Amino acid sequence: MTQALVFIDNPGPALKKSSLELLTIARSLGDTAVAFNGELHDDVAAALGAYGATTVYRPSAADLDDYLVAPKAAYLAAAVAASGAGTVLLENSADGKEIAARLGIKLNAGVITDVVGVDADGTAHKSVLAGSYNTTAKATSAVAVLSVKPNSVDPEAAPAPVTPETVTVEVPADAAANAARITARSAKPASGRPDLGEARVVVSGGRGVDGNFGPIEELADALGGAVGASRAATDAGWISHDYQVGQTGKTVSPQLYVSVGISGAIQQKAGMQTSKVIVAINKDAESPIFEIADFGIIGDLFKVVPQATEEIKKRKG
Amino acid sequence: MEETLKIVVLVKHVPDAQFDRHITGANNTTDRDESILSELDEYALEAALQLIEARGGSKAGNQVIALSMGPAGAVNAVKKSLQIGATEGVHLSDDALAGSDAAATSLALAAVIRHLGADAPVDLVLTGMASTDGETSLVPAQLAERLSLPQLTFASSLDVTGGKVVARRDGDTHSDTVEASLPALVSVTDQINEPRYPNFKGILGAKKKKITTLSLADIGVGASEVGTAGSLTVVESAQARPPRTAGTIITDEGDAGIKLVEFLAAQKLL
Ligand SMILES: Cc1cc2nc3c(=O)[nH]c(=O)nc-3n(C[C@H](O)[C@H](O)[C@H](O)COP(=O)(O)OP(=O)(O)OC[C@H]3O[C@@H](n4cnc5c(N)ncnc54)[C@H](O)[C@@H]3O)c2cc1C
Ligand SMILES: Cc1cc2nc3c(=O)[nH]c(=O)nc-3n(C[C@H](O)[C@H](O)[C@H](O)COP(=O)(O)OP(=O)(O)OC[C@H]3O[C@@H](n4cnc5c(N)ncnc54)[C@H](O)[C@@H]3O)c2cc1C
Repeated sequence: MTQALVFIDNPGPALKKSSLELLTIARSLGDTAVAFNGELHDDVAAALGAYGATTVYRPSAADLDDYLVAPKAAYLAAAVAASGAGTVLLENSADGKEIAARLGIKLNAGVITDVVGVDADGTAHKSVLAGSYNTTAKATSAVAVLSVKPNSVDPEAAPAPVTPETVTVEVPADAAANAARITARSAKPASGRPDLGEARVVVSGGRGVDGNFGPIEELADALGGAVGASRAATDAGWISHDYQVGQTGKTVSPQLYVSVGISGAIQQKAGMQTSKVIVAINKDAESPIFEIADFGIIGDLFKVVPQATEEIKKRKG
Repeated sequence: MEETLKIVVLVKHVPDAQFDRHITGANNTTDRDESILSELDEYALEAALQLIEARGGSKAGNQVIALSMGPAGAVNAVKKSLQIGATEGVHLSDDALAGSDAAATSLALAAVIRHLGADAPVDLVLTGMASTDGETSLVPAQLAERLSLPQLTFASSLDVTGGKVVARRDGDTHSDTVEASLPALVSVTDQINEPRYPNFKGILGAKKKKITTLSLADIGVGASEVGTAGSLTVVESAQARPPRTAGTIITDEGDAGIKLVEFLAAQKLL
């Protein structure tokens, strides 16, 4: 009998690290199955087995991607029924949270978002109010629906790989009846850098970079990290909104967050203050960012950042 | 001339993030002193006002109803919305609502929206992308599910023409154009517009606008369906994290970049 069901939506040719984390958490709860949507590449199928998925459910319909969220929730509800799972795990993206939301209504199940850890008894841990509280919460319903943030656990393959059984789940005929249709889709160019939400290191630039993200990108590359930004920088059009960190951008929790030319407004802090180590570079000693920095440099970013980049390159040879 | 619109805008009353926010009491709920209209709901209100202004405003029969669910003080979020330009306000308030999770909140709000549509149907429900306290983004999707409305959420642009709604939704790897017919539910991001401030005329005019206070009995919802009784999640513990403290702060004397790398090396972060 399946205990945990992981929803994986269109991973493409390889599973994301966050999906491997979901599978790792699921296995800690018991027998694990996957509700899959999209094309199942051989490498992905193998990874699902390596991470211990005993069953892979697939939808009977191929048009779920033509609509926003709603029919995916209908498919997932059918997969939960087929599997008998007591816990459903999804990624904490906009789509993941909204599919979780609708699934909760369909199954009369409690939904907990922004989860950073799950105990064996199903207790979910989350960090709330911009990282100022750690809470534990539980669903009181038969099924619990949890959306889990990236970087919550270290992905770990199963002790022994399994060959999952594939089962087709009938998507209800009315699944898309009241759904909004996706009529056009444009892919965004890939940056070649690690994903902002999952990166170990994030280097972010703010209004202080004055239109020039070059030094930020070079430091990020020297550290093997992702590039982020404040809203002042994205609003100015210096970098796409996709890179915004904060309340209305990405919430990140890397090992290292380097804040450059950012004052540290509450909405910016909301997205980065649970980072392990925070470094701040700002020319204004009064900037609030220094209140939360483990290492702060009062100075001109255009001098400090290139010098640090050079030094890292020198040390790495 | 475009069709007239009856729009419900959801506005949440939340603790002001500029002050320290606290979780208190047996049910681990947020302390609501120093509360304000959730900043992100101002974008939904602005989107609604722009839609009706393009159709001749309230004089032409368009409505923007600001709806808030919450304790007595939540009426302030409704009043603020009226000052900014909403045409009328609704406050759902009932002691039994305390401690509602997203499922219970969406149940109650869905009942109010049905109630408001009893005389003339609601064309559009507009919400923020997330509250600034719970920040779950669950309520809009749950409302769409409960009301069987097409969901166009996280909209960074919005167009309503001839009964058709078109929105843009930006994802991590792609950007989508999403379409549906009215009636529909739309949540908007802070990329969609620049919210206006209430002006003097708006503040004076708001005093004459109607605010309806509703109880659970008015909307036909039982006390056990909402609040802690009707919720499907429970917060078992809440622990304040020790605030981050400042570490080493140095002033650049020409070698701060090197010192930074030394710090990173010592922390094993290179
Ligand atoms: C609803 C809402 C949502 C928001 N969401 C977000 C969000 O998600 N993320 C976000 O970041 N903001 C968000 N904001 C905006 C936020 O309030 C701040 O306005 C924003 O973070 C400021 O960006 P900044 O720090 O880059 O700019 P500023 O506050 O202008 O700071 C620039 C800093 O750069 C320093 N500087 C300038 N030149 C140099 C130099 N040569 N060397 C070193 N330092 C230099 C200055 O000393 C200053 O401290 C939101 C606001 C609202 C109202
Ligand atoms: C720190 C914290 C964490 C929480 N975590 C969870 C959780 O994981 N699962 C869960 O089920 N509940 C959770 N809750 C409870 C949840 O916040 C409440 O149920 C709340 O009433 C609705 O959710 P939200 O604030 O996340 O709103 P969101 O879904 O983020 O709000 C989106 C939009 O819905 C509208 N809206 C939401 N609430 C109201 C309202 N009361 N009146 C008018 N419009 C409204 C607004 O337009 C808002 O912009 C949490 C609460 C807190 C304080």
